Amino acid sequence: MVDFDVVELPAADAPAVGDTAPDFTRPLVDDEYWENVALSELYADGPVLLVFHPMDGAFPATYIWNEIRDRGWQERLEVVGVSVSSPYEHKTFIPERGIDSRLYSDPDAGVAELYGIDHELDGMAGVREPRPAVFLLDTEGTIRYSWVASEWPDFPEYDEVEAAIADHA
Amino acid sequence: MSDPAITLYRLQACPYCERVVRVLQDNDIPYRSRFVEPMHADRNVVKRISGKRTVPAIVDENTGVTMSESANIVEYLEATYVDGVSA
Repeated sequence: MVDFDVVELPAADAPAVGDTAPDFTRPLVDDEYWENVALSELYADGPVLLVFHPMDGAFPATYIWNEIRDRGWQERLEVVGVSVSSPYEHKTFIPERGIDSRLYSDPDAGVAELYGIDHELDGMAGVREPRPAVFLLDTEGTIRYSWVASEWPDFPEYDEVEAAIADHA
Repeated sequence: MSDPAITLYRLQACPYCERVVRVLQDNDIPYRSRFVEPMHADRNVVKRISGKRTVPAIVDENTGVTMSESANIVEYLEATYVDGVSA
């Protein structure tokens, strides 16, 4: 192993467990089309795992979806992603990586900002995106579990998320 | 929030789709948009609902009508929702 430095991220201002998840509407993309869907429409039908991840081409996006697929979370509840990638990118990313989830497209990082987790990317002028984060919502939209990256790169605490799904979904 | 009865399958920047959108908007007809693949051969969702891969295509749950071709759609919308008949 080589040593490498992780970057400490400043404190996030994300909603906490017990808060209602801020509602938003963005294009929700599957492998065939996209349409505007409100987050509240999704959790009205059942618990939702909301997964913020880096833009689609970045390796953490692929790693996160691979892990979620391997753990079979999509068979247990609705898992949706959010990244700043365009609907066109999502539409090719989904089949290329075998993702069994729909992905929200948030190109201006407005949803990331709403959740207090947006950050400017070093070396990509003018580009903001969410830091990796996971929110588990019940059918009222109440946050029952959350994880927000505190350093970069960083990956969700998958075992913790899984325990939370077992408890709440 | 209830879903609008009309679903419009459209392609970004397609003038025939915009023509349908204009009629929907000018007459305050509620609809939702589903944006599909630019590559004609890959528009399987449109083929499943309408039998063809062309856009625009609409599905109207009020009437059970599914149709393609912007001229037909405009004519249908005006006859169903505009010409003095309320839905």
